[in-house]
Amino acid sequence: MLDCTPKEMKPRLSGGLINPAKTCQPIGAMYAALGIHRCLPHSHGSQGCCSYHRMHLTRHFRDPVMATTSSFTEGSSVFGGGANLKTAIKNIFQVYSPDVIAIHTTCLSETIGDDIPSLIQSAEIPEGKLVIHTNTPSYQGSHITGFSNMTKSMVKYLAQASTTVKKDQVNIIPGFVNPGDMREIKRLLKAMNIESILFPDTSGVVDSPMTGEFNMYPAGGTTIEQLKDTGNSKLTIALGRFASSDAAELLSSKCKVPALALKTPIGIKASDAFLMALRGSFAQEVPAEIEEERGQLVDIMTDTHFHFHGKRVAIFGDPDIVTGLTEFVLSLGMAPVHILTGTPGGAIGSAVGSFEEDINGMLLEANLTANVKAGGDLFTLHQWIKNQPVDLLIGTTYGKYIARAEDIPFVRAGFPVLDRSVHSYMPLVGYRGAMRLIEMISGALLDRADRDAADEDFELVM
Amino acid sequence: MAITKEQLDAILEKYPAKVAKSRKKHILIKDASQESQIIEANTRTVPGIMTNRGCAYAGCKGVVVGPLKDMIHIVHGPVGCGYYAWGTRRNKAKSEDPTKNFLNYCVSTDMQESDIVFGGEKKLAKVIDEVVETFHPNAISISATCPVGLIGDDINAVARAAQKRHGIPILAFNCEGYKGVSQSAGHHIANNILLDKVIGAGEQEAAPAKFAINILGEYNIGGDGWEIKRTLEEIGYHIVTVMTGDGSYEELKNAHVAELNLVQCHRSINYIAEMLEIKYGTPWLKVNFIGIQSMIETLRNMAIYFNDEALTKKTEEVIARELARIEPVIEQYKKVCNGKTAFCFVGGSRGHHYQGLFAELGIDTVLAGYEFAHRDDYEGRQVLPDIKPDADSKNIPELHVEADEGRFRLKMSPERLEALKKEIPLSNYAGMNIDMAEGKIIVDDINQYETDELIKLLKPDIFASGIKDKYVVQKMGIPAKQLHSYDYSGPYAGFNGAVNFARDVSMGFSSPTWNYIVPPWKNQPLLIGTVTEEGVA
Repeated sequence: MLDCTPKEMKPRLSGGLINPAKTCQPIGAMYAALGIHRCLPHSHGSQGCCSYHRMHLTRHFRDPVMATTSSFTEGSSVFGGGANLKTAIKNIFQVYSPDVIAIHTTCLSETIGDDIPSLIQSAEIPEGKLVIHTNTPSYQGSHITGFSNMTKSMVKYLAQASTTVKKDQVNIIPGFVNPGDMREIKRLLKAMNIESILFPDTSGVVDSPMTGEFNMYPAGGTTIEQLKDTGNSKLTIALGRFASSDAAELLSSKCKVPALALKTPIGIKASDAFLMALRGSFAQEVPAEIEEERGQLVDIMTDTHFHFHGKRVAIFGDPDIVTGLTEFVLSLGMAPVHILTGTPGGAIGSAVGSFEEDINGMLLEANLTANVKAGGDLFTLHQWIKNQPVDLLIGTTYGKYIARAEDIPFVRAGFPVLDRSVHSYMPLVGYRGAMRLIEMISGALLDRADRDAADEDFELVM
Repeated sequence: MAITKEQLDAILEKYPAKVAKSRKKHILIKDASQESQIIEANTRTVPGIMTNRGCAYAGCKGVVVGPLKDMIHIVHGPVGCGYYAWGTRRNKAKSEDPTKNFLNYCVSTDMQESDIVFGGEKKLAKVIDEVVETFHPNAISISATCPVGLIGDDINAVARAAQKRHGIPILAFNCEGYKGVSQSAGHHIANNILLDKVIGAGEQEAAPAKFAINILGEYNIGGDGWEIKRTLEEIGYHIVTVMTGDGSYEELKNAHVAELNLVQCHRSINYIAEMLEIKYGTPWLKVNFIGIQSMIETLRNMAIYFNDEALTKKTEEVIARELARIEPVIEQYKKVCNGKTAFCFVGGSRGHHYQGLFAELGIDTVLAGYEFAHRDDYEGRQVLPDIKPDADSKNIPELHVEADEGRFRLKMSPERLEALKKEIPLSNYAGMNIDMAEGKIIVDDINQYETDELIKLLKPDIFASGIKDKYVVQKMGIPAKQLHSYDYSGPYAGFNGAVNFARDVSMGFSSPTWNYIVPPWKNQPLLIGTVTEEGVA
């Protein structure tokens, strides 16, 4: 398994990737667009892009992922994809009747330079229907950038400040997380008795129930009315800087809705911060049921701290998720040694994002140092681990090869998880998400301890 | 179970007129009274119509080139294309030397905006240098993605220079995603380069053993190739190379020494088969390793070709033994499957290949079709002269091959070859339509809307397709079987494969999980009881 990866690390200066820890923008835009009610994502490019993105999302969610493509040919690549897009828009509304088409571009249409807004202007759009778009050049950023861009476009096209006084409601941008996380965030808001608009909201879309009928547009998703109304909210909370901040900032400048950027609420500290922000902004006390959950979480943490304390961890995945996971393992007393995201832009000194800085700050506070990298790949992560072994690896399914090669307990978290089910229905966020994470981490560590124990050391109680 | 022309027209009516006109030509109701039923295939998908099709890159790197295990496959482009074709196709491989199996590695040049603006050739050259230094592969492939062709990166020149620098073969594939109308274009591009640059590059002049064959268009999905090999090697065949499942550059370069080429997936590899015949005089045999009867027929046809008494005897021995072993097992599963109906919509050959296996289980295929096939895959190769090249197919270069002066060798007298062609499908494929029964539906490039409508009309018991359809169909309460990835099971080829398939399909029908779709309260009023004088009882 991965037998060709040498331990010796030589500088790689080409800028190429070996075993990437990111993918391209369009898939993130497609996923975000699925979080609008009755929306059909549309990929303006070659058929392969749309096919690959649908495949990958379907494998992660094990649910239908509907999207269309402009089906570029060599001719459209030479003469531009305008005719294809206009034909597509006409056909989509007639055959699939969505309420809104959300177009994202690809490296192909971006390189040609198709001007999507003017193409939309000249397209036949039935009365009452909408077409929105975002630019997602695959040669910039990552799938997280694409998610962020589509979310931003929702604001750009739809958000309106139509009331003179802001409503007592909060916009929540959950970031590139699972529907299980989105449901948990909504549950917390309901418990806090705060009116909210969560967008995009893929719950009820890619975790839709089995009813014996296929519904092309399931019940879930943020409605157009809600998206318009985001301009009237009194606060936007962006959960995760990489996936959510841009949209929140646009809402602030476009509709004067103040924006607050928080970490994805993974783990106790980030969940506390989320609830404290809500409490402070809406003068709503945290209800007893949530306080009880928090108490249960801390009870578990203190009861089992000896399972985790000092254990060396490697974490990789999307920047917002990795940041949350790192903070949480630190609060369990674990020692992160390798922290990596594939998404670029978070490197120290770069204009956007602050992945490396954030992580290093957390480590400093815990008196630890680690390998930290934004824009990295899994070849690098594997070499780090070969040189400095770890007790646990946390990351997406792609980590299973490293885990097997180095015989490391492995916890799957983030996107994508392609080889296990149920994960997309369950939260990682909030106190309940943190409990679930503890269960997964302790399961992985203790199953390994059981497997490796000599008969005489095999314990009934641990 | 069939549909009428009127029902079909009603489905098409919902389309805009132009789309209806186009789609009508892609759908047939089998009518044996007509001498030939023409189907339109390998033409553009109408934009906006939700197709299952992918792109040329997917067909080239993803299907044909990617499985070659001792090569590093560099994808030149933004990260996505390399990422999606990494580990997702189940083309299994093992190597005696695990440091020469690179299938778990994905190398992308990860083009950035500056590469798009200023060109990515230098970066590509640097990535090649790093890869050679790090991995020491036997050979390297470079696959171009959409922007590469647009910005004019000359990957062929980069490959030539790097080949000179490093002394290993470096192959460049101009398989930009926008070429052609589907994956099919990429198969053709891959075939051309493999024939031109790899096959024949080896030193061997003759096969090292008797009954030497190549297996073309077998990708070892779920270990299919290994199960096929098990039987063929037991019978006495020497497999020179498999194209390309569990294949390698090292083996492929000597593929010219084989006495016969077997063609499993006609669509993706027929170009190589045809060119090998012209260049080396090696005929090809259309085979089908899927299904018990097809497997047996394939083995017998191979024995007829080689015309060797001991080989024929061994063939019959193996068939008899395997049948005796698996038939009772299959019989158990047949009880579950008998009388059911299927839709079978897959790729460019499997839509045909699996029908026999379904039939052996008692399952009637009522609708079949291909995602990216050409007319000859439906109607048979005799239509090839009638297929007019269009703007899209003209963009894929036709490789001109001639007989190799030193290595061309007729494998038998022309008279015997002609006589054999009447007996076995030698250098011929009769297509899928001929095997479909009267009234069955044949659909090319089926889309989401047609899938939905045809399921409502024909109510199949199982739907064989891919991941993008799977959960759509299952939401309707119909089990869907992925025939690209086998739902992570397999092998499905050969004798053991038939058993695995029967087991998995039966599981789809007999799983208790389908019984819980309707909640118990849906069929029961909230209040049950009678109102008496004393109140509600």
